[in-house]
Amino acid sequence: MTFRTIARCAGVLGALGAIALLIDPALAQDAATTAAPAAAPVAAAAPAIPVPNKGDTAFMYIASVLVLLMTVPGLALFYGGLVRTKNMLSMFMQVFATLCLVAIIWVLYGYSMAFTNGGGLNNFVGGFSKALLRGVDSTTVAGTFSNGVYIPEYVYIVFQMTFACITPCLILGAVAERLKFSSMLVFMALWVTFIYFPIAHMVWYWGGPDAFGNAAKAVAAATGSAKAQAQAALDAVTSDAGIVFKWGALDFAGGTVVHINAGIAGLVGALILGRRIGYGREAMPPHSLVLTMIGAALLWVGWFGFNVGSGLEANGFAGQVFINTFVATAAAALSWMIVEWIAKGKPSALGLASGVVAGLVAITPACGFSGVMGSIVLGLVVSPVCFVFCSAIKSALGYDDSLDVFGVHCIGGIIGALGTGLLVNPDWGGTGIADYLSKPGELTTATYDMVAQMTAQAKAVGMTLLWSGIGSAILFKLVDIVMGLRPSEEMEREGLDITDHGERAYNY
Amino acid sequence: MKLITAVIKPFKLEEVRSALTDLGLQGMTVTEVKGYGRQKGHTEIYRGAEYAVSFLPKIKIEVVVPDTQVDKALAAIQRAAKTGQIGDGKIFVSTIEHTVRIRTGEADDDAL
Repeated sequence: MTFRTIARCAGVLGALGAIALLIDPALAQDAATTAAPAAAPVAAAAPAIPVPNKGDTAFMYIASVLVLLMTVPGLALFYGGLVRTKNMLSMFMQVFATLCLVAIIWVLYGYSMAFTNGGGLNNFVGGFSKALLRGVDSTTVAGTFSNGVYIPEYVYIVFQMTFACITPCLILGAVAERLKFSSMLVFMALWVTFIYFPIAHMVWYWGGPDAFGNAAKAVAAATGSAKAQAQAALDAVTSDAGIVFKWGALDFAGGTVVHINAGIAGLVGALILGRRIGYGREAMPPHSLVLTMIGAALLWVGWFGFNVGSGLEANGFAGQVFINTFVATAAAALSWMIVEWIAKGKPSALGLASGVVAGLVAITPACGFSGVMGSIVLGLVVSPVCFVFCSAIKSALGYDDSLDVFGVHCIGGIIGALGTGLLVNPDWGGTGIADYLSKPGELTTATYDMVAQMTAQAKAVGMTLLWSGIGSAILFKLVDIVMGLRPSEEMEREGLDITDHGERAYNY
Repeated sequence: MKLITAVIKPFKLEEVRSALTDLGLQGMTVTEVKGYGRQKGHTEIYRGAEYAVSFLPKIKIEVVVPDTQVDKALAAIQRAAKTGQIGDGKIFVSTIEHTVRIRTGEADDDAL
């Protein structure tokens, strides 16, 4: 890539930012019902700096490393085994390099864009107050989901960093074997900036249990004219959150933020890039299903860090997330196997591995809300739907989603997101919806309203599909215009290992 | 001298090798090959994408024998490689003009 293309990219990036600024305030006004009154933030009763629990800290450290294991080598092997021999290293390089690139962007401005107050754009994206990790050191802390429980902010940043790193890597499966490495890097930098960080902010940014609890306590304690002021302060705390969070949508570990987001971006990418040369005419069987099976196994192992770590604490609740993640995945693997056995005559290894991933995807948003039996049902349901998408609908529509990122991650993510809204129902064994305000300082359960909850879940799904679908289309097109997305026909036939990287995966 | 080229099912290789060794023949060259005859191929399915695989894995044996032993060798290979199922393979026989053993320089039948 020449200096001139880099300069052009930078210019385009700036322009895109300006567009985002133009669009966002308009959107923000639509949602003005929940806008924050201009009250001073609660400075009330901030006691001594909380000391993180050592057990929680150690647990989160391990959980973060497990999520790294999901990406490399888990996802790289899972995808790598599915491509042809000539593109094996290309798959590995794209996953590794994206991981490295996003890790750096995350500490430069990503964490800040996702997890700080974004001022006027706060409904959609955070600000730059913690850019370059300003103000963060080894004594600062991040809230969890329990009152008075904290983990070191550095550990929280790394945990969330692993999520930001794996999500763009998921897209790579949809555009495998035909995306130029240089264009891939530029696209990924843009994608996390304009798609991932905002969506993570919309879904996951909120004040935390203690901010809610303290403000609610202040309201209870205040009398007379101070009451109104305290109420305003409480409103400010509850409205200082991403818009999807305020809708009440539940997403425990990233059904919308990670899977629907990456899945729809993958579909858009596959459509914009077009099919691989020879798709539908030449055989393109996986070059090593053994590597794919190993990758699927590592994904499953790592996913315990992903899901269980998302509770941010090592407690009994983590145990519930743990068992949910385990059984939903097993159920989905079995149901994919059985459906394929009936429909195609044989239970295939790739089918079972696909079921494992579909189950993990579906339980991701639900694992902190559903009961164990509910998780099994969710696992049993997700695989047949994904199976139909991967085997029938994809070929009927003719798009080349190389490794079924849309069929497994987006469709599985939608099933999971909607399933979460049902399975959180305490009558069905769910946890119910957390309420930090009724008894300030204590976690209680709010009344469950199926219609309201399903509406919130559907809105979260729709928001993610639109933001990521439209945004990714713009970014893919942009990179295509500036530097071209696809290698030449000759290079694609030769394989990206040789043409992009100058190496072969196997020399024997 | 004759070159016997036999294409057989891979799992029959060991039986064919020991049958030829029993005849006193020393040495053969084996290649992993793909091909099809009347057996045609089979279908592989990857997440619903079906591929017709026309070329099946086979083993190609090449062995050069003195003219006197050709019939016995052919019978031995046929006996050892036969399952009675379609796809057992074929044997081709062709004439060899000249043979040299590289180490000693011996020629023709002496070199076999």
